[in-house]
Amino acid sequence: MTSLLRGDRGGWILFALVILLMVYIPIGNLALSADHPLYVSTYTVTLLGKYLCFALLALSLDLVWGYLGILSLGHGAFFALGGYAMGMYLMRQIGDRGVYGNPELPDFMVFLNWDALPWYWYGFDQFWFAMLMVVLVPGVLAFVFGALAFRSRVTGVYLSIMTQALTYALMLAFFRNEMGFGGNNGLTDFKDILGFDIQADSTRIGLFLASGFALLAGYLACRSIVTSRLGRVAVAVRDGEDRVRFLGYSVTKVKLAIFTFSAVLAGIAGALYVPQVGIINPGEFTPVKSIELVVWVALGGRATLYGAVLGAVTVNYLKTEFTGLMPEAWLFALGALFVLVTLFFPRGLAGFRLPWKSAK
Amino acid sequence: MPAFFFHAVAAFLLLAIITIAATPLAAAQDAGASDPFYEQAKTLVDASLKDRRGIVEQLAASDDPRLIPLLRHLLEGDLYYSKEDGELLVVDGDTDAVTSWLTDEAVEIGKSDRKKITTNNQLRGLLRDLIARLQLTNDDATVRYNAVRQLLGEEDDDTTETIRELIASEDDRETRELMQVVLDFERLSKEEQVEDDLFQRLSRRLEPEVKNKLTAYAESASPAMASNAADALEKIDARVRFYGHIETIFFGLSLGSVLVLAAIGLAITFGVMGVINMAHGELIMLGAYTTWVIQQWMPSNVGAALLLSIPAAFLVAGFVGVLIERLVIRYLYGRPLETLLATFGISLILQQAVRTIFSPLNRSVVSPSWMSGTLEINSVLALTNNRLVIIGFCLAVFALLSLVMQRTRLGLEVRAVSQNRPMARAMGIRSERVDMLTFGLGSGVAGIAGVALSQLTNVGPNLGQGYIIDSFMVVVFGGVGNLWGTLVSGFTLGIANKFLEPWSGSVLAKILILVFIILFIQKRPRGLFPQKGRAVEA
Repeated sequence: MTSLLRGDRGGWILFALVILLMVYIPIGNLALSADHPLYVSTYTVTLLGKYLCFALLALSLDLVWGYLGILSLGHGAFFALGGYAMGMYLMRQIGDRGVYGNPELPDFMVFLNWDALPWYWYGFDQFWFAMLMVVLVPGVLAFVFGALAFRSRVTGVYLSIMTQALTYALMLAFFRNEMGFGGNNGLTDFKDILGFDIQADSTRIGLFLASGFALLAGYLACRSIVTSRLGRVAVAVRDGEDRVRFLGYSVTKVKLAIFTFSAVLAGIAGALYVPQVGIINPGEFTPVKSIELVVWVALGGRATLYGAVLGAVTVNYLKTEFTGLMPEAWLFALGALFVLVTLFFPRGLAGFRLPWKSAK
Repeated sequence: MPAFFFHAVAAFLLLAIITIAATPLAAAQDAGASDPFYEQAKTLVDASLKDRRGIVEQLAASDDPRLIPLLRHLLEGDLYYSKEDGELLVVDGDTDAVTSWLTDEAVEIGKSDRKKITTNNQLRGLLRDLIARLQLTNDDATVRYNAVRQLLGEEDDDTTETIRELIASEDDRETRELMQVVLDFERLSKEEQVEDDLFQRLSRRLEPEVKNKLTAYAESASPAMASNAADALEKIDARVRFYGHIETIFFGLSLGSVLVLAAIGLAITFGVMGVINMAHGELIMLGAYTTWVIQQWMPSNVGAALLLSIPAAFLVAGFVGVLIERLVIRYLYGRPLETLLATFGISLILQQAVRTIFSPLNRSVVSPSWMSGTLEINSVLALTNNRLVIIGFCLAVFALLSLVMQRTRLGLEVRAVSQNRPMARAMGIRSERVDMLTFGLGSGVAGIAGVALSQLTNVGPNLGQGYIIDSFMVVVFGGVGNLWGTLVSGFTLGIANKFLEPWSGSVLAKILILVFIILFIQKRPRGLFPQKGRAVEA
């Protein structure tokens, strides 16, 4: 681990902070009484857990955008697919405690007068199977999409628009009731996960810790890719795709490997996000969500990894504050953020240097 | 004003024209002994239902021009009388506006002071029959045609007999053919054997009544006759299917026009300049809001407001476009992904601005009367006027834009800069100015698209978002930097969408089209009509 973080000061700070939080938050929430000044409310725990999931998602995008030069406007789709896989598991765990009390079918299927579980819902009552799908579904989709796109050398803006079309198409599809994923309302009303009550404080803490571990593991995995030979070729592809190809590397394979891995990472982030917020619906597929994700990374700073985490947490913190205080202003602020960051901070917060230091 | 106008046309056409034109004003004013028709009509008020039948038959013998409107009002239950003086009143079923039947002037009268002149089934049957008969002898061929059309399928022995009398003297070909259908129907009902000619004739008709009649006939007739009828039915079905396809193509063209209108501004900014403008949808939205605002200014003149909106929307959206270019985009040339992000930020700001200024609620823009209504080709194919107008408008915008790009100094400079910027600059073209004007032009056209869209959907802050992905798809599918490509691709996608819809549903059709484009781009990354030559690599 130390060798992976060599020369990555931002990474060290990130690790220190996340580990600190992972030690403090459980104590602050479970061990301290509610009137203690250092008490952490369950709301805050869930909020922080959500930020960690977003951070992991931003990390996955930074890997493909920062290091590979692919601006994916559809990464929200992989996130949502992972979330849906988890949501399907949680849905099956409800069992006969739903409103209609049907032991086999989720409520929305009873409502639609379906008499049997669709085949693609089989196996989701098993946790291991659901987890496998969390990884496989986004991974396979990214692999197939990437294989098609990279082989025929769709690049740059075209690729961005294609990824946007992908998430848009998925959004339309998941909005349909006939798809069997709850349509407009999505999947919700979850009861428990692995036998633990999903509303309980201790479960919340468990999910928070899991998100923290996932973020750190994801960070290390990304670092190990970035510092490897593969990572160097990836950067070369970003800066001069044709040259890399002429040097004899298979650009398609490099792109495909990293793009697929990134999608898997996004899927895991989605799977951790869903039990914490308690709902997954087609809204996660909207192109706007994916683009918002891009601005997290842009604000934090591309090709630094820790910058993506910083950006995700900053923007989401601002969003929480703004939407609470003056919801009208949030879109103005977000829009201005897009414009100002691209115009004045192309390197993001991570690239921000104090004036007397940048002079060197 | 338009609502009133529409009603006047629909409900009071005959009344308005005939009463005012044919009746001397004096007669209308001192309505009394000098107007025997009115006196007779007034006897309806006190008569029993049975007697009303007799009165109606007597009235029908008159040749007064007010006869048909009177019978119509009676049939539709619009005819009332005042309890006070027994004067006849006409009450509009929709608006509840009361007018005097005699003078056509508005009357103030409470609901309790007026009473409807009631009818029963028998009387209504008689009224329909009388009206049809009177219309069959009308001087206007359209009236006669519509009268026969209404009779079709509901004819009885009397009306058939009337038609048999009139068919020889009928000089309008279409009406005569339709009358022949009525006579053919009678033969189908009464005769065992009918000749092939009759089926031949009927197989050319598209009226649903003909189908019903033949279907009913095929069930009861002898096997030989039934197979003839089945043949005729099959021919009719084939033709109905054919017109169904035409209709689908028409719907596709109108959807395609919307796509082309939305995308063509993008084809200029994205295609010609290589700038990804994610705020394009919001420029469309601005155009739509401009239309709405202008309509608020001059609510009494919808048509003129709409025409005025076209240049206004062009200016508003174009001005905003120029602002965006000057303030943001010009610092980002050569960095397409950054442009994408910055313009997306602008789109969020514009959306929220509209929400703050105009409220987040949808606004609806009234369509002028010449855009409602339909153009009826035959009984199974009717083209709605608003779609026709949109298609025509789209083609006009396209033609104008091609003209600008091909025949003007600005177009020449735009093409030069897009093909080779350094060379164009070396030739003395001020590329900065060209960039600004091109972006303004593309944005202005987006505003014009907004005017068209305001006629089809509600105007709201999210209007643009719905079109941005579609627009990009159209441009990418057609081939970047190519106006013709955009036109062909927009129409292709529109028609494909409409052909898929019947068996897949509209959402799935959209998904299928998106998947198709994603796959198509893998095969031909530069779209249907790729730009050729060295410009491609630049």
